[in-house]
Amino acid sequence: MVDIHSVSELLKDLEFFREFGEATIELLAGCATNVAYRPGDYVFREGGSADAFFIIRHGDVALEIHAPGREPLVFETLHPGDAIGWSWMVPPFKWSYDARCRTVVRGLSFDATCLRGKMEADHEIGYQLMRRFLPVMSRRLLGARLQLLDLYAAEKAR
Amino acid sequence: MRTAGERPGAPGGSADPMVPRPFRVTRRRRETADTFTLDLVAEDGKPFAFAPGQFNMLYVHGVGEVPISISGDPADGTRLVHTIRAVGKVSAALCAMKRGDLVALRGPYGKPWPTVEAEGHDVVFIAGGVGLAPLRPAIVHAIANRHRFGKVIVLYGARSPADMLFAEEVQRWRGLFSMEVDATVDRAGPDWLGRVGVVTKLVERAEFDPAHTLAMICGPEVMMRFSVEMLTRRGVAEDRIYVSMERNMKCAVGFCGHCQWGSAFVCRDGPVFRHDRIAHLNAIREL
Ligand SMILES: Cc1cc2nc3c(=O)[nH]c(=O)nc-3n(C[C@H](O)[C@H](O)[C@H](O)COP(=O)(O)OP(=O)(O)OC[C@H]3O[C@@H](n4cnc5c(N)ncnc54)[C@H](O)[C@@H]3O)c2cc1C
Ligand code: FES
Repeated sequence: MVDIHSVSELLKDLEFFREFGEATIELLAGCATNVAYRPGDYVFREGGSADAFFIIRHGDVALEIHAPGREPLVFETLHPGDAIGWSWMVPPFKWSYDARCRTVVRGLSFDATCLRGKMEADHEIGYQLMRRFLPVMSRRLLGARLQLLDLYAAEKAR
Repeated sequence: MRTAGERPGAPGGSADPMVPRPFRVTRRRRETADTFTLDLVAEDGKPFAFAPGQFNMLYVHGVGEVPISISGDPADGTRLVHTIRAVGKVSAALCAMKRGDLVALRGPYGKPWPTVEAEGHDVVFIAGGVGLAPLRPAIVHAIANRHRFGKVIVLYGARSPADMLFAEEVQRWRGLFSMEVDATVDRAGPDWLGRVGVVTKLVERAEFDPAHTLAMICGPEVMMRFSVEMLTRRGVAEDRIYVSMERNMKCAVGFCGHCQWGSAFVCRDGPVFRHDRIAHLNAIREL
């Protein structure tokens, strides 16, 4: 049984939910569960169904892409306060990479069906969540672009 | 040590800024697959004074001459240190030098990092790739004069763990209780336990007081641009952000115009610039 009260207290401590009102926090807490992983555990794996989203409270998570015949490539690490993944928002609701715990990880997991239901039923909550996720997505997109540019490869002086 | 604004090419180096002095390689260290650090000692035995952020012109006989920043301790007047990445003819020849080889050197040139202006402030050093080399003297200076500064924070981004410069030293800095050091790489294998992601993420998270922070940035231009953007977004004033620029050089003393960038000569007016003074140049694409 999830203790909604204590989960909502945890949500209030997170920067991610700072701008959310009390009532919204209570509502979102109803979709959340406390989770813990050991080092090496996968929060989710590529191709799996994106049925939850996660916020890290303690520990580090590596996002990895696998290619046949190569060791996995870590393209980003996430740390306390970071949200993992937005595939739960976008059809076909599938993860496109692995999320592997590098340390003991504690966090909150939000049931995607529950969240999507609340967003659908109350568009104000939907809007607030979208507003919170968009900067995360745009920062990741910028980061991915910069990584793609391979900035530190020999740069020509002008 | 000299402070910002004093004339480059001054007494500590060559008496005549155009006349090179012979230096002998006393040590060569491999930093990464393509980057080496050379320790040099003057043949004439005279000391060499420089300010953090300044550079020398290094001449390899029969190959050519290139500008290279000084990466050593500014308090050590006897051993001159340069960290060089082999990208072309001259830099590769420098990287191939062995103990006992001679290099002709003139300098030091250019405006240094604002180590005096930084006093009393939180100081954030942001380095990308080999950009850690020109920042190293300023970091070493900050560590040696720790009480003069607020927080001292070093944020370092590299391509991969194998491309990180001064890895052992960065690790040592991390172990000091008096400063914060965070590093990130663009890509890594599963064994890497540090951060993966772009350096701007470190800037976003670092704990400093934006109203009392001075930042010094050195790395690829795109990386510097986004780092400046993140710093200003966090509230650091543009007149307290300094960047080090690179342009091809010939004379290094403001005569030939080779390094011209807008109305500035990078060799004489830089390579360290205060960002508010050059922001308009960054907006022009073809300079
Ligand atoms: C003020 C200043 C300080 C510098 N400090 C350092 C330093 O501390 N360490 C260091 O390694 N370098 C430093 N550089 C850059 C260094 O001067 C150049 O890498 C060098 O001039 C290249 O000459 P080269 O003969 O080896 O290559 P070239 O034969 O001139 O060029 C060969 C190839 O390398 C490319 N190239 C040219 N310049 C660069 C560059 N800057 N980076 C990557 N590729 C380049 C060219 O486009 C070409 O494709 C500094 C430059 C300036 C202006
Ligand atoms: S290199 Fe000649 S003016 Fe700068």
